[in-house]
Amino acid sequence: MSCRTSTADPVPRADAAFLAAYEQLEQRDAMAPSWLVALRRAGNAHFGELGFPTTEDEEWRFTNVAPIAALPTHSAVKRDVGFDELERFTFGQMPVHRLVFVDGCFSSKLSSPDLGNEALEIYSLKIAMLSGVDWVRKHLGKYARTDENAFVALNTSMLEDGAAIRIKSKQRITLPIHLLFVSTSDQAGATSHPRVLILAERGCDAHILESYESLTEGSTLTNAVTEIAMEEESRLEHCRLQQESTKSYHVGTVQAHQSRSSNLVTHSISMGAKIARVNINPVLNAEGCECVMNGLYVVDGDQLVDHHTAIHHAKPRCNSHEFYHGILDGKAQGVFNGKIFVRPEAQKTDAKQTNRNLLLSDEASIQTKPQLEIFADDVKCTHGATVGQLQEEAVFYLRARGIGKEAARRMLVHAFASDIINRISIEPVRAELDQIMFDLFEREPGE
Amino acid sequence: MLEIKNLHAEVEGKKILKGLNLSIQPGEVHAIMGPNGSGKSTLAQVLAGRNEYDVTEGEVIYNGLDLLEMEPESRARSGVFLAFQYPVEIPGVNSTYFLKAAFNEVRKHRGEPELDALDFLSLVKEKMKVLELPQSLLNRPVNEGFSGGEKKRNEIFQMAVLEPKLAILDETDSGLDIDALRLVAEGVNKLKRPDNSQLIITHYQRLLDYIVPDFVHVLYDGKIIKTGGKLLALDLEERGYDWLLEDYRAQCLNGHPSLAGAK
Repeated sequence: MSCRTSTADPVPRADAAFLAAYEQLEQRDAMAPSWLVALRRAGNAHFGELGFPTTEDEEWRFTNVAPIAALPTHSAVKRDVGFDELERFTFGQMPVHRLVFVDGCFSSKLSSPDLGNEALEIYSLKIAMLSGVDWVRKHLGKYARTDENAFVALNTSMLEDGAAIRIKSKQRITLPIHLLFVSTSDQAGATSHPRVLILAERGCDAHILESYESLTEGSTLTNAVTEIAMEEESRLEHCRLQQESTKSYHVGTVQAHQSRSSNLVTHSISMGAKIARVNINPVLNAEGCECVMNGLYVVDGDQLVDHHTAIHHAKPRCNSHEFYHGILDGKAQGVFNGKIFVRPEAQKTDAKQTNRNLLLSDEASIQTKPQLEIFADDVKCTHGATVGQLQEEAVFYLRARGIGKEAARRMLVHAFASDIINRISIEPVRAELDQIMFDLFEREPGE
Repeated sequence: MLEIKNLHAEVEGKKILKGLNLSIQPGEVHAIMGPNGSGKSTLAQVLAGRNEYDVTEGEVIYNGLDLLEMEPESRARSGVFLAFQYPVEIPGVNSTYFLKAAFNEVRKHRGEPELDALDFLSLVKEKMKVLELPQSLLNRPVNEGFSGGEKKRNEIFQMAVLEPKLAILDETDSGLDIDALRLVAEGVNKLKRPDNSQLIITHYQRLLDYIVPDFVHVLYDGKIIKTGGKLLALDLEERGYDWLLEDYRAQCLNGHPSLAGAK
């Protein structure tokens, strides 16, 4: 990498600022252990090769990330955030194990005291990496591949902080673990690359919330990567909420690796950002795995939201069920791409995918595409996608009971969102998210 | 209560109601019977305000109001209730929430104060007992995953809560076993008052064993071709519709198209 300047491009690369940020990190962080240096270096090399994707790239056909590539990327200037500023955020007052990250950096002051116990290890990733926690070193970077996705490569090259969570064998954690990522900067290009590693040991059961929020309106970039390693018979519910400022850019990848008879439920709720791209990729890598993927995107104005999910059925007798709903208003654009790969040995696969979209304005649009690649013959795979307006029969039913036309429509849009929210098993999480949807769709103006 | 005069209606250019007349006084129970395709459900939908049906002629006066000019929600608020033949499943809308919203719209219209959640819940639980519906239904989305019988009972339960002046029951008996039929009928009978009316649309006579009508009308080819008392229903059960239809066709050929359906 050091000879990069001598190749003497006449025109600097569009992503030059991102490459420079890596070099600064490498110089600044002299204490980094050698395995971390190597991991970052590999990420940077891949990012250098891949570069930011363009719309020529099939995976990014409808999502132009040129505005992200052009950002003057930099770490946000440190800002002191108080407890009172967090309370207004979703889940901000819920009883949880909470880890707070300010512009990507762990804040012990804002996080729950006494994180971790005999059932649970929770570290800031920075501390875990510097102190060489074994399991972190073993699993970090093993699942999210840097050679395919430039944003994963970029995140890996900038690996500095985030969360490392280990749910110990056979432990059942009832209190949700909440990771709150707050962007504070109003400066264009303020960037964070948070990284989360979750190790769900054999037979454990836990619920993890990730939420991404902004304190101000800035063209910030959050480029997050979560790796989930699930051992045999573990159960995990992962709920990801993105409601950053509508001026910001958000890219997130969740990469999960499931072992025998493990059960993963993911929810992705995306409401914020000017451009948001979320990739969720579970690999069902042993027999008897179950994976449920729920998603809800709600966008308006000139927002663009893009979900790319890829479920890899690698072994026999695994089930995956996917339900995504989208509500698009204004000139918002949506993209849903759902891949299901069934490898030759993955017989008796049961995979189901549904994507439904409501367009609330003439100018809103959605590109929805199921992509099934099935190489086994004894499988059950179904998919369905709908794009449309509200069901008139339902509107009439409500009106025939005395509910006004507008109120009926609002109630049904809310219901369309609730249909996904209701799939979350944690009651207070469900209640809080449903309240957001109620306020958004049903509360009458001025009420 | 309700005065239907020379009602003509069509759907997608197909004429279905062809000059229907009907007069219902407060406290009366009317049954409309008729073979499939005679226009029974169209009548129900037109009265409830479904806009897929075009009314091309005639008028409907409901308690002095021009019903056809009113939006579906205004009709409901002023006391018209349609128990749907096929109640719609509405995923994501909680049954209690939906019913409370509907109930309070009716209260608002009557100038009565809205009920809060607690008072509403105790009212609702009271009404549920009558229809032997499980309380868990209140926490479920409207009609979602309900059995056929539960859906029909749920319609009558909504009726019990909303206390309409004019209830139209569209084939409420179809798909019900005898126990469910009895429950539904008991529910409907309990709601009968001197100041409200019921219009029962049915294909079969058996519901009328439990809900005894004051008048029975036979609808055929978009018109009422015969009106009688409750015994007419028994007659129809025994003899079918054919004898009536033959009489009617004979009258048409002779240029005297029926008594009740004539202009």
